[in-house]
Amino acid sequence: MSHVNKVVIEPVTRVEGHGKVTILLDEQKKVTQARLHIVEFRGFERFVQGRPFWEMPVVVQRLCGICPVSHHLAAAKAMDIVVGADKLTPTAEKMRRLMHYGQIYQSHVLHFFHLVSPDLLFGFDSDVATRNIIGVAVKFPELAVQGVMMRKFGQEVIKATAGKKIHGTGAIPGGINKNLSISERDELLKEIDQQITWSRGAVKIARDYTVEHLTELTAFGSFDSNHLSLIRADGAMDLYHGNLRAIDANGNKIFDQVDYQKYIDFIAEEVRDWSYMKFPFIKSLGPERGWYRVGPLARVNTADFIDTPEAEAARKEFAAVTKGKPNNITMAYHWARMIEVLHAIEKIRDLLNDPDLQGNDLVVTGERREQGVGLIEAPRGTLFHHYRVDKNDQVVMANLIVSTTNNNEPMNRAVERVAKDHLSGVEITEGLLNHIEVAIRAYDPCISCATHALGQMPLEVKLIDHRGNLLDQRST
Amino acid sequence: MQTRGGKILLYGYGNPGRGDDGLGPALIAELERLGTESATLESNYQLSVEDAAEVAAHPTVIFIDADTAGAGPFRFERVIPERTISFSSHSIAPGAVVALAQQLFGKHADAYLLAIRGYEFDEFNESLSYLARENLGEALEFVTRALQERRFDEYLKQYGIDCGCSISADAQ
Repeated sequence: MSHVNKVVIEPVTRVEGHGKVTILLDEQKKVTQARLHIVEFRGFERFVQGRPFWEMPVVVQRLCGICPVSHHLAAAKAMDIVVGADKLTPTAEKMRRLMHYGQIYQSHVLHFFHLVSPDLLFGFDSDVATRNIIGVAVKFPELAVQGVMMRKFGQEVIKATAGKKIHGTGAIPGGINKNLSISERDELLKEIDQQITWSRGAVKIARDYTVEHLTELTAFGSFDSNHLSLIRADGAMDLYHGNLRAIDANGNKIFDQVDYQKYIDFIAEEVRDWSYMKFPFIKSLGPERGWYRVGPLARVNTADFIDTPEAEAARKEFAAVTKGKPNNITMAYHWARMIEVLHAIEKIRDLLNDPDLQGNDLVVTGERREQGVGLIEAPRGTLFHHYRVDKNDQVVMANLIVSTTNNNEPMNRAVERVAKDHLSGVEITEGLLNHIEVAIRAYDPCISCATHALGQMPLEVKLIDHRGNLLDQRST
Repeated sequence: MQTRGGKILLYGYGNPGRGDDGLGPALIAELERLGTESATLESNYQLSVEDAAEVAAHPTVIFIDADTAGAGPFRFERVIPERTISFSSHSIAPGAVVALAQQLFGKHADAYLLAIRGYEFDEFNESLSYLARENLGEALEFVTRALQERRFDEYLKQYGIDCGCSISADAQ
């Protein structure tokens, strides 16, 4: 039996929450496998059992303080099915879309300007003391201000549509509980031109960086994969609603226009003994070949086109890099993410100018059902909510597949690729740590619940030999 | 340090769905219920970069968070701008928000942290533990008094360690 050495890195900084990376070495000190351990918060199913179904869109926001709007909307969509609301009123659907594009916008902007831009502007190997948001603020103050003001705008869109920042109540089963007032609309419209200008600039930064570094980025943490997302009936990118499409690494369709109420016939989850988090896969391909990417890269790859002109032009340029084939470069997530920022702000502009948002027909109902599935393209990728409700209107089952779980296998592959390329000996160098973090960050994972009270652990790095002895330890 | 006039920003943060992690927003909710004109009340799941703009608009800010350690019921400490730490997640430390407000907007707020001791963080739970609720009551009484008196230097001596060191080294 061969000995395996373990290099443990915990937690990963500058991603949501914290995680731990274990790199398994063989006797020749070569990397055999890398594992990203994510502590998935458990107990949600028990938490919601017995609660009335109409509470779900609000209750699920307790799941995560990072993307509560995505959970809010996914749960509301599932409950639309439960109350038989197969088609929302124009005001209700457009208000929800506006809320969702606000969420996409602010989340992507925060990730890019304040988590990723230090890597891109200063380089992966630069001093961690300055490779952070404060460093960006010192050296590139205009860019840092842009990031803050773009994020703030997205939050204002959410506040105007969800009602408040914490535990928004905008979406309810069958519709929404408020429209957009003229004054709310006009406040947001005041800023829209500036936001569009900044979004164009963000696409340019990501595009230029990717194109200029294409050779090294093509090799960095990259691998072929399947891609999965919602898609509109005509093949357009649709971040709020649609059917499921999955393509392989060459762009061939694995399935298309699948009604997500039947997702369970197409997607399964594998359990591995070393991970709390499951590994979803496409059933027809099995766990070995059926894993897939989700999120901005997957969405830009699966879409035939984007229905807003500037984002579509950016998508075409993106697609040209890989000659129309799916882009499998992990670091291209950032460029794809900024294309979605431009798409989101174009959508926000169009919605703000749509008088339907001032309509008063807010809710519909229909024939009550026993279960419902709600899917949405959250900032980090496809988010599944599935509930069963009994005759007393109480939730008896909940199953969630969150975006980061969908990207579980790809993140592990990215870490493994980086470890194989950059681990030298059995020492965790600053460079290796940086590169692993950069690869994981490309997926913008949300790897923990949102508890953050004072007293949580700092970054800690451990080196353990094949006998379990601690060889080295570093912490921030 | 002299106490400044003007509206104070009270910013409670934490997740109310994680038991005592919601102490910060709970205090803000209590203040909203009571009503106050001398403070701007804000709450959110966590601090983020855009909060720098709100901090920059106030001469004094008190961040309110749950505390996982300490004797309780709360501690009150000065927040020193953090210019060198790495930005560790979408959640950003109070010191980093203050530093951003200075760097981006040229505003230097007097910043403090009110850390209320909590005890239960690991379960989905929308209510505070009994002890945390007790601590919340004492913190509310303190904040109500502080908004009128504004004797922050005294409070630092009474309830915290005014050592000039960073509190956010403890924060995630």
